[in-house]
Amino acid sequence: MKNGRDPVIVGVADAPLEGGRFVKQASVLGHCALVAKEALEEAGLSMKDVDGLLTTGMWGVPGPGQLTTVTLGEYLGIMPMFVDGTNIGGSAFEAHVAHAAMALRAGYCEVALIVYGSDQKSLRSRTLGGRAAVLNMQHETPYGMPTPVGGYAMAARRHMHEYGTTSENLAEIAVATRKWAQLNPAATRQDDLSIDDVMNSTMISDPLHLLDCCLVTDGAGAIVMTTAERAKDLKTTPVSVKGYGESHSHWAVSEMPDLAHLLPAAKAGKRAMEMAGVTHSDIDVTQIYDSFTITVLLSLEALGFCKPGEGGAFVSGQRTAPGGEFALNTSGGGLSALHPGMFGMFLLIEATRQLRGDCGARQVKDAETALVHGTGGTLSSGATVILQKGLMA
Amino acid sequence: MSYDKPLPVIDHDSAPYWDAAREGRLDIPLCDDCGKHHFYPRAVCPHCFSDKLTFDTVSGRGTVHTFTIATRPAGPAFADDVPYVVALIDLEEGPRMMSRVKTDDPYGVNIGDKVEVIFVKATDEVTFPYFKLAV
Repeated sequence: MKNGRDPVIVGVADAPLEGGRFVKQASVLGHCALVAKEALEEAGLSMKDVDGLLTTGMWGVPGPGQLTTVTLGEYLGIMPMFVDGTNIGGSAFEAHVAHAAMALRAGYCEVALIVYGSDQKSLRSRTLGGRAAVLNMQHETPYGMPTPVGGYAMAARRHMHEYGTTSENLAEIAVATRKWAQLNPAATRQDDLSIDDVMNSTMISDPLHLLDCCLVTDGAGAIVMTTAERAKDLKTTPVSVKGYGESHSHWAVSEMPDLAHLLPAAKAGKRAMEMAGVTHSDIDVTQIYDSFTITVLLSLEALGFCKPGEGGAFVSGQRTAPGGEFALNTSGGGLSALHPGMFGMFLLIEATRQLRGDCGARQVKDAETALVHGTGGTLSSGATVILQKGLMA
Repeated sequence: MSYDKPLPVIDHDSAPYWDAAREGRLDIPLCDDCGKHHFYPRAVCPHCFSDKLTFDTVSGRGTVHTFTIATRPAGPAFADDVPYVVALIDLEEGPRMMSRVKTDDPYGVNIGDKVEVIFVKATDEVTFPYFKLAV
């Protein structure tokens, strides 16, 4: 073992869904607590061991609103010594893994719990467009900008203009992801899907169709991290956090530095891969945030899996489907498995399960190294994590 | 007639911009130190961090950088507008801003089209700078 304080993931859990809704009856905090308990128990740990708490979400309490770590810590009955409520959108949990890794290395905590829960489907509460047009949003919301899909549609149209990318290229991603979902019994959408189905689905925000968009579901997930030293006595196969990076560029879409290129992903991915000492050919399985099909295509380019403008060719011919050359979004992703508002948590859970070899029919053979990349906001933030099976050599 | 769409919550940074729009001018901040315009209005220049800024009346001419045609409205208040074009406009002076391209033919709009500002009154307080295709 290189260093006894190397950060590792030792527990993961996600809540069962039926038709995109929670099976169990609980409040959103209750769902957070239930998955936290399950992830800790999987590792052979208990809530008493937790001294680091990281969470964020779309729920809030009156008054201060999003004091998420404080409210959840109280609910769980713990007083953490390291807390992080970073909210950079759906990529927040990739950043949480990075921050927990740094805290573990520094000896600032011993067991870090990262949690997310959302009951948006059950509450029918996905209404980001209804908020007051304050600060930078006073210059966008009043124009009827569809949020968040409109910004992704603008990026897709610009990419099409610059590189000749087509709606068919984007549909390839939705179809390949559905094929993975069909191998995952927990995925929400299991029905067959063709490229024509995607291209003939209702136009939402031109050029993006309904089936270019992620699902709207409930969901809760948890990740437990500790040190390599501590992991030796625990029950699960440890998954090492080898590298990480994070960045963000804008919230207002007019302020996105380049509508056809994801600069935060490029920065975060480069740093994470350099830290991990890996190249693209070392990656066995890739989990990329698929809020919309275009998000995947832009991320693949920015992370360097292909050159700018080559994303369409990269995903053509079902290259990212089961049996294809590039194993991508093996759970069925946000497009077909689940999307409870902030999906980055579930990318990490799936990558961990792939590296442990726990994925049954959708298992990627001999998967040892995974790249996870989250995107948040309207292509606003990017955070990358490189995971490796076992302890670092 | 009541206006039921979202209105800007005007603040100290943006008040001169909205005041000008109400009077039929497109005024955006110009930095006295680096000489660059910016949008949306801030208290410091995002190019050089100077706080010496003056609102400057610009040409109102620009180019469509990209856009979406909203075929599903951003909330019920926009239902009667569908389909409508929300666009990013590159102003001749440099900054990029979001607005509407007002047109009877949303599917005739293209990236690179030349546009010019028009002013659309919403309420006694608020007038929006929209754009129309330049002839």
